[in-house]
Amino acid sequence: MVMTVHVDIVSAEKEIFSGAAEMVFAPAEMGEVGIAPRHAPMITRLNPGEVRVKVSATESQPYFISGGILEVQPHLVTILADTAIRARDIDEAAALQAKARAEEALADKSGKVDYATAQAQLAQAIMQLRTLDRLRKRGG
Amino acid sequence: MAVGKEIRTKIASIKNTQKITRAMEMVAASKMRKTKDRMQATRPYSKQIGRIIKHLAHANPEYKHSYLIKRDVKRIGMIIISSDRGLCGGLNSNLFRRTLSQLAEWDKAGIEVEVSTIGTKATVFFSTLKKVQLVGQISKLGDTPHLHDIAGIIRLMLDEYEQGKIDELHVVSNEFVNTMTQRPTIEKLLPVVTEEIEEKLGGHWDYIYEPDAKEVLDHLLTRYIESKVYQGLVENNACEQAARMIAMKSASDNAGNLIGELQLIYNKARQAAITQEISEIVGGAAAV
Repeated sequence: MVMTVHVDIVSAEKEIFSGAAEMVFAPAEMGEVGIAPRHAPMITRLNPGEVRVKVSATESQPYFISGGILEVQPHLVTILADTAIRARDIDEAAALQAKARAEEALADKSGKVDYATAQAQLAQAIMQLRTLDRLRKRGG
Repeated sequence: MAVGKEIRTKIASIKNTQKITRAMEMVAASKMRKTKDRMQATRPYSKQIGRIIKHLAHANPEYKHSYLIKRDVKRIGMIIISSDRGLCGGLNSNLFRRTLSQLAEWDKAGIEVEVSTIGTKATVFFSTLKKVQLVGQISKLGDTPHLHDIAGIIRLMLDEYEQGKIDELHVVSNEFVNTMTQRPTIEKLLPVVTEEIEEKLGGHWDYIYEPDAKEVLDHLLTRYIESKVYQGLVENNACEQAARMIAMKSASDNAGNLIGELQLIYNKARQAAITQEISEIVGGAAAV
């Protein structure tokens, strides 16, 4: 019988592949790697590229990933795929934006908060009016 | 007949409102199904990455990452996830109340807090609080948020952690128990706590890291935090739709009750008017 290794490929937004395979090829950062069953434990980052899962001698399934992480245990291969191509500087830029938006929200305090409180007060007033109305109608 | 004109307009206006709430209920119900599917779709990833983190706790790395090391807590960072829109019952206010009680506890212990918010409601609420500092926010992510949408805000908090500005990172969001129940939860993300050890991976061993331990662990732990926050976000989305569905259902029911009551009042008034008219006519005839 041919030895197999259990392979899971998942992305944060969905499960992509789960099952047994004879071998897995992945675009690791230091060059393409082929993982056979009973490989030593390993963790590496993946570059954007193609992951091939050799399900049987004749059939292999290709998946495109935009980067991610590969974890190898002797009987288990896990690929955590990214959903989009990511780079640290892009994340940093997004972080700065998030910060700027917070400052904006804080600066804009008066306007926004007044709006929110006004809305709350309005809702309360409507409720009171409605109760009064009902009481009056019932009494009269 | 002029009787009860106000009542009739009132009934008409409540009927209109009822139509709106009923439509919102149905929209929320169909959206809830989709958001629930999305919530389930994220489970495999967080399960797998959780397992890797657990394995990692067993390994004996020569390098200790700062995300795994406990520090004395002087200042805590929080990522608070809320909905963008209201009309979803007590979902957000329950979450904020839970957060405030936690904040009060920390305040007593002399711990400072800074927050980043996801969602308009949390942003408005926490920008008014004096005790906490709002450092980042993102809102209007819609019903299909993507992981890279929230990458910025997570990077921001991780940077704060790495620079030692915060000593712990927590995420606050609603947990989807079932359609009727949503539970506000506060979960500690950093330092990463690896719980009970399930699998046996005996012996002294370590991973082969490529290119090196620091970079790989950095990447892995960042993804781990991201997946946790992302899961909180999609779960909170499902909660929002469920809560809105329930709130709109009870609003429609209440509108129905109100209409019934008003109809009764209207009918009584109408009957009283007719009786009065008849007795006036009879009285008039008798007088003649």
